[in-house]
Amino acid sequence: MGLTPLVADSASNLLAARTQMGFTLGFHIVLACFGVAFPAMMLIAEYRGRKRGDADALLLARRWSKAVAVLFAVGAVSGTVLSFEFGLLWPGLMDRFGDAFGIAFAIEGIFFFCEAIFIAIYIYGWDRLSGWAHFWTGVPIAISGIGGALSVIAANAWMNTPAGFTLGPDGRVESVQPVDVLFNTSTFHEFVHMWIAAYIVTGFLVASVYAVAMLRGRRDRYHRLGFLIPFTVAAIAAPIQLVVGDAAARDVYNDQPIKFAAMECVYETGDDQTEYIGGICTDGEVKGGIGLPGVDSLLADFSTSAVVKGLNSVPPDDRPPTPTTIHLAFDAMVGLGFAMAGLAAWFGFAWWRRRDLPTTRWFLRGAAIAGVAAVIALECGWMVTEIGRQPFIVHGFMRTADAVTPAQGIWWVFGVTVAIYVVLGVVAGVVLRGMAKSWRVQDGEPEGPYGPPPPSTPEPAR
Amino acid sequence: MSKADLAAAILWIGVTLYAVFGGADFGAGMWDLLAGGERGEPARGQIDRSIAPVWEANHVWLIFVLVVLWTAFPPAFSAVMTTLYIPLALAALGIVLRGSGFAFRHALPGPARAPATRVFGVSSLLTPFFMGTVVGAIASGEVPADGGGDPTSTWTGLLPLVTGALFVCVCAYVSAIFLVRDAGATGDEELRRYFVTRALIAAVVAGAAALGGVLALHADARYVYDRLTSEGLPLIVLSGTCGAAALALLARGATRGIRPLAVGAMVAVVWGFFVAQFPYMLPTSLTISAAAGASATLTSVIVVFCVAIAVVVPSLGLLYALSQRRALEQ
Repeated sequence: MGLTPLVADSASNLLAARTQMGFTLGFHIVLACFGVAFPAMMLIAEYRGRKRGDADALLLARRWSKAVAVLFAVGAVSGTVLSFEFGLLWPGLMDRFGDAFGIAFAIEGIFFFCEAIFIAIYIYGWDRLSGWAHFWTGVPIAISGIGGALSVIAANAWMNTPAGFTLGPDGRVESVQPVDVLFNTSTFHEFVHMWIAAYIVTGFLVASVYAVAMLRGRRDRYHRLGFLIPFTVAAIAAPIQLVVGDAAARDVYNDQPIKFAAMECVYETGDDQTEYIGGICTDGEVKGGIGLPGVDSLLADFSTSAVVKGLNSVPPDDRPPTPTTIHLAFDAMVGLGFAMAGLAAWFGFAWWRRRDLPTTRWFLRGAAIAGVAAVIALECGWMVTEIGRQPFIVHGFMRTADAVTPAQGIWWVFGVTVAIYVVLGVVAGVVLRGMAKSWRVQDGEPEGPYGPPPPSTPEPAR
Repeated sequence: MSKADLAAAILWIGVTLYAVFGGADFGAGMWDLLAGGERGEPARGQIDRSIAPVWEANHVWLIFVLVVLWTAFPPAFSAVMTTLYIPLALAALGIVLRGSGFAFRHALPGPARAPATRVFGVSSLLTPFFMGTVVGAIASGEVPADGGGDPTSTWTGLLPLVTGALFVCVCAYVSAIFLVRDAGATGDEELRRYFVTRALIAAVVAGAAALGGVLALHADARYVYDRLTSEGLPLIVLSGTCGAAALALLARGATRGIRPLAVGAMVAVVWGFFVAQFPYMLPTSLTISAAAGASATLTSVIVVFCVAIAVVVPSLGLLYALSQRRALEQ
């Protein structure tokens, strides 16, 4: 009797902490994509503007830099929240594994510094540096975005395939080989997959804004260019992602077989496994899915005789708790990935034949939806990798339940967090829309959070 | 000096930089809050010009401190986080509101700016207060080495609350000093005097809070108090001297030399604390060497720090030079 409420409490704490972490990470990951990829698109626009004397491209670069600043500011605070949460929600993880897990974040700090400083330099530089010198001050932003992503992904990959440490008798990390920690088995495929995803998400999202504008009749050269630059980047990235994602899934098959089993709803180990598209995972059969006999084995190792491990090969306590979620998230990601690659192919075909966008409005409608689709695919992919690792926080070494804080009241914190993030998201949206609107009516440049105030603009009357 | 001590010193350098630069940004938010409505617009403009280019970079020092703490001293990080989670969560909340309030107040349309400004101001006041309660709680020896200390009584004692108040005052003080210099550089004499008045008031209040802090240390944190008044005494004397000299220069209307003196006073106190806590990470339950993580990790942290300094200092210099430069003729 005495123990029951305690146990119930700790289970509810785990769910609360996972929900809180999942929500804040799910918010941050979108901003992180912008941090990685938007500066590159801004630089492409500036490069084009300077190389060809293209005033529209230069204007786009200047305006995008302000959106980059707003998104970076929000991303910096939502990232700070995550740093606190590592300790506030998962003190067990940090206590035992902080000196292995943390190294990648220490390195990420350098990239974060660079990004923060050079975004400010780039924005201040618009009126203070001439020509190509300004362009080059933007390059460190794009590079540090990539470096930062690599560092954070290395930490996440380490949780999936931990390496480079030995444990002492107290269960804490005793010695560390930093290079092995950073470049563990999953670092490479996770990084490449996420890096390309950042270009797809940002590219399609930014392009979708201009696609909507074009559907509303603003089809001037400026809007066309604003659509073409990000869309082209995403359209190049989308087909590459199919190949990269396929390779990543095979790495998961080799290195994290139970995650793979959950992704594919495989219960019994064996060869000639059926690939299910959709459906509910239940032990024994997959309900409601389309089954393609042998295809799962074929995809996993190029042969129907490839053996795929099943969920039943490990004790129930070691299986991810919600295989259906993982399976459906995986299928949604792959499906949306193919749809986006299809849109990219349509665009590529039209461009190859006529050096122009497909003329039908359906193409622009598709492009307008692609931004949202990319975000959904991103979130699904992230859910696959995180939920698929459960019930472990450090795979094979520490259970998430053993890492969670005993502190009470996480659900309250979660409620407050949701309220604040909703406001934050809405205000960020209002700000970006407001910027776009003021650009449209051309009544002067709006300010960004870094920029110098515009010269002699009178404060609006109250 | 052991490798763990060196890593602790690096952690403390991060703390110092965040205290000075991050603290000045928080203080600027407080002055923004106190500037009033219409009348405060010139002061608010100066605050914007001063912190807009650097606030994000200054904020990164906090991330640096958190990361170095959990990477180099994992048990200390987890002990602090499982005990002081309430003030830490409130500080995190303050950071979110401060950052977004400041970022949005520029970019929002007219009528929405006022609430964003208020959010920026209030959270700039509350965040350093809660950070101060965390530091005070650690100094008072209330954080057990294996964590899980009382979630409320640990940080609601006299010393944590006084330390929180001291943090607020010091942020306001150092910020006012920075703003005096920045307003002086633009040649706006009226604005300079505006901030001189505030710097003087903040200096007196911060001095009083510091004295209160010493008394509270005496009552609640004997280990730290004893070392602060022996090994740490030279640094405290140095801090007092710098502070008094800055005050004298300020009162005489000087512009040069105030900023280094004020920063010197602050840095000396921060390092006085380091000396007073030594060799503990959490006085007197967890030493630096017991909290230290794996040796190769400490080496990594030291290397990362050197790279960070080599990268950050020149780029911050470039940003600073650029933000001071006039716009090019189009």
